[in-house]
Amino acid sequence: MPTKEEVFEKIQAALVDALGVDEEDVTPEATLVGDLGAESIDFLDIVFRLEKAFNIKIPRGELFPEDILTDAKYVQDGKVTEEGLSELRKRMPFANLDDFAKNPVVQDFGNLLTVADMCRFVESKVEVTD
Amino acid sequence: MRWYWIDRFVEFESGRYAKALKNISLAEDHLHDHFPYYPMIPNSLVIEGMAQTGGLLVCEHNQFTEKVVLAKVPKAVFHCAATPGDTLIYTTTVEYIRPEGAMVTATSHKGDVLHAEAEIVFAHLNDSRLGSLFEPETFLRMMRLLGAFDVGHAADGSRLTPPKRLLQAAEGAMA
Repeated sequence: MPTKEEVFEKIQAALVDALGVDEEDVTPEATLVGDLGAESIDFLDIVFRLEKAFNIKIPRGELFPEDILTDAKYVQDGKVTEEGLSELRKRMPFANLDDFAKNPVVQDFGNLLTVADMCRFVESKVEVTD
Repeated sequence: MRWYWIDRFVEFESGRYAKALKNISLAEDHLHDHFPYYPMIPNSLVIEGMAQTGGLLVCEHNQFTEKVVLAKVPKAVFHCAATPGDTLIYTTTVEYIRPEGAMVTATSHKGDVLHAEAEIVFAHLNDSRLGSLFEPETFLRMMRLLGAFDVGHAADGSRLTPPKRLLQAAEGAMA
């Protein structure tokens, strides 16, 4: 059973390998897109490395629910609707959506996910000790 | 110039791995510029060769229905130079193939010497405008030209054969 520190270290290693960034840049506060430069194809790579590192399965759209952001039911004029936000909160309990909810422009969504969010996501899938 | 950066498949196990060889020759024009008086295959073309080896492996697993394109190279390490007269053996192993893309790990060997190692990620494009780049008869011609059906095996161990839709499309194109 890994500790929270070990979860962070494995995620850090996965991001260093997937994104070619320096280890010291991968801090809990760093955002994947804005700070670490992740692009859409990188999420496929990151998901694979997390699955391998933690021996878990991550179904498509679980870490990054792009299906909501492209669904006309949840998006109006380039912004996520209240219904969409509620769906995102349901699907992403590991992420803090409060700031995004103030001005939920779809294009800004990619910059929401932080390394700490990813740690919480993994911790929800594997048993961890303190 | 034709954009073939492998010469022949020597092993092809559907959905698992493929091995292809690349003979380097002074007849390749670019080697006279890379570099004058010291010709060596550019590392980028080694990556392209590994990507062609792995890309066709992914395409075949998908029965050539996906538009498989090289999307990123998370890792590429070169240990030595390869020069005219060398034969490189590219071995690519499938790490995963999913609806949205795939990844292979790849090595390049010069005899017993490890020449290069890489990780290659492919995306499956859904842009219909790219259709002409992914014609079934093009795939069939490449796979035949590179000997994939001569050496290949399907997942159940039987001999690798072209999917029916490729054969039908090729027949249609000839008619």
